[in-house]
Amino acid sequence: MTTQPLDRTPSPSKPSISWKQWALPLSVGLIVVFCLAPALWQLLTSFKTNEAIAAIPTVYFPSEFTLEHYQELFERRPFFNYMLNSFVVATLSTVLALGLGSPAAYALARLRLQGESILVGAILVVTLFPPILLFLGLLNVVQALNLGNNYLSLILPYAAINLPLTILVMRSFFQQLPRDLEDSAKVDGYSTVGLLLNIVLPLTLPALATTGILAFITAWNEFIFALTFITAEPMKTIPVAASQLGGASIFEVPFGPIAAATVLGTLPLVLLVLFFQRQIIRGLTSGAVKG
Amino acid sequence: MTRTDPTPTIAPSETQQAMLELRHLNKTFSPSVVPVKDLSLSVKRGEFLTLLGPSGCGKSTVLRMIAGLEQPTKGQVLIQGEDVTHKPPGDRNISMVFQSYALYPHMTVADNIASALKLRKIPEEEVRQRLREVSHFLGLEALMERKPSKLSGGQRQRVAVARALVRRPSVFLLDEPLSNLDALLRENVRAELKQLFESQQAPVVYVTHDQTEAMTLSTKVAVLNDGNLQQLDAPHQIYAEPANQFVAGFVGSPQMNFLTLPCEAGAARLGDRSFPLPPPLSHARQVILGIRPEHVRRAQPGDTYTFEGKIFLVENLGMHYLVSVHIQATQQTTYTLRLLLPSDATWEGDSLQIALPPETIHWFDAETGSAVRQ
Repeated sequence: MTTQPLDRTPSPSKPSISWKQWALPLSVGLIVVFCLAPALWQLLTSFKTNEAIAAIPTVYFPSEFTLEHYQELFERRPFFNYMLNSFVVATLSTVLALGLGSPAAYALARLRLQGESILVGAILVVTLFPPILLFLGLLNVVQALNLGNNYLSLILPYAAINLPLTILVMRSFFQQLPRDLEDSAKVDGYSTVGLLLNIVLPLTLPALATTGILAFITAWNEFIFALTFITAEPMKTIPVAASQLGGASIFEVPFGPIAAATVLGTLPLVLLVLFFQRQIIRGLTSGAVKG
Repeated sequence: MTRTDPTPTIAPSETQQAMLELRHLNKTFSPSVVPVKDLSLSVKRGEFLTLLGPSGCGKSTVLRMIAGLEQPTKGQVLIQGEDVTHKPPGDRNISMVFQSYALYPHMTVADNIASALKLRKIPEEEVRQRLREVSHFLGLEALMERKPSKLSGGQRQRVAVARALVRRPSVFLLDEPLSNLDALLRENVRAELKQLFESQQAPVVYVTHDQTEAMTLSTKVAVLNDGNLQQLDAPHQIYAEPANQFVAGFVGSPQMNFLTLPCEAGAARLGDRSFPLPPPLSHARQVILGIRPEHVRRAQPGDTYTFEGKIFLVENLGMHYLVSVHIQATQQTTYTLRLLLPSDATWEGDSLQIALPPETIHWFDAETGSAVRQ
């Protein structure tokens, strides 16, 4: 992180001014390169011809662009199917997490519950366990319920993993929401359901978008559960499918298709965040109370 | 909810008169936290009742119980003679202006004002008509399509008032509606509110900790402290004849002077003067003398109760000087007294001859704090 303050006050000595002038842009630039270089590398590789990929010395910026790797993914493999699988699983688990987590968060934020702090603490403790610890137990559950090769075997655990985060984030958001607004709605004559749908929900959209995106990303990227609980080829999700891309022989690594799969797997998330960015940033509650 | 309280029988004519009535209202959070203790009062058509008190005195809790946002532990709330104690806020035909205005940020001004009417299935034509009236009345026409975030503080306050007016409720409830405005705007809006609610039939219950608002707006003031009703009277009555030391000290600015004086043979001694006490206090050993700074004046020939005061602080309030003096009563005891002098007053040195006109003095029982009149 850069911690260069944007200090515009003139410094006593001249050299330090010029130092500040170039240090900030330079460090920003370095960080951007550091963070995005691997992604850029994958993006470029996905468009390179196989010759350019294998060439020595390394071709950093290809002179020739090709879509053959993408074509291969869609024509020779059911890659569209994988994307759809990922999409269904991530969307449903996100909806489930938000649908269960938000009411729970609202109750925790608004009702005077006995042992509320213990409950919140317990929810926090759940997030401390890495999912891999739960993995073997979950496998038994999936087997016992005969859920293998079923979307539910992924949707339910993903929703469960995302629930604590959803509850905690939404709870703190509800706590910030001015109580007067709800009181005012009650005086206006809204029923409890009407109040939640017409007043609280519209104000909650930014928080729902933020937590929803986090939950969606977690589900979209999850690998271990998806690898184990789904073995049927047409039902696999993108991370699993991408990892299982193989060449004609074990000596050939299909760098091109792997890069293309990575780009395709990341693209929806990038679009999603860009699309909801406005929702997240828009301060919907501004102007609700004094100004 | 238990209602073990015996409700006093009220004559039908009285019930019809009172638009809002509270009977033995009580709110208990825990044995030690009792924000409202046995409050009974009634508000008639056209009245403007202010609940006045320091923060934490229970005034907002009372208002929230009237609105139905809190359930009383004991007692009843009656609106137009109907017991609404257990009705939800939406069914009480009350409207409320919140301190934070509580406008719905995602709705336009028009939707904010009309939402309660629409929920009550009032015909669209009438909703439009009422919207027109209230927006014209409050000068909001140009703002109707804006969102609350695009309004200034004063405009938001106006929208909140419009939202209350458009309901044509049985009772208006206002919870410190001016406290979020800056001082200058507050004065204007206060005057506006006064005119506005004078034109309304429905009574107003107004909560504030600001005594100026209470004095200027109300027809009746209820002073609350620590969950108890201290005094319920017209504003001038509260000022002129405070029921106890708390009310006397809370209402009036600068605050009333209180001097605890020793008594002898039915008279209170201050220095070498002795004040005859009202008969109920004739056997007291100590009494509290209360006098407002604006009633203390400079001694003139013929004044009986004159003292020499040593000036130790002068504060210029613009209109007046607020002068603080010490009065040496005996070798050991000094009293502090504050008085208001007109801004053109002059004095020499740091000593001032002051007079306490006996007709302006309030006497309080030193033990109970309640006022004792002549």
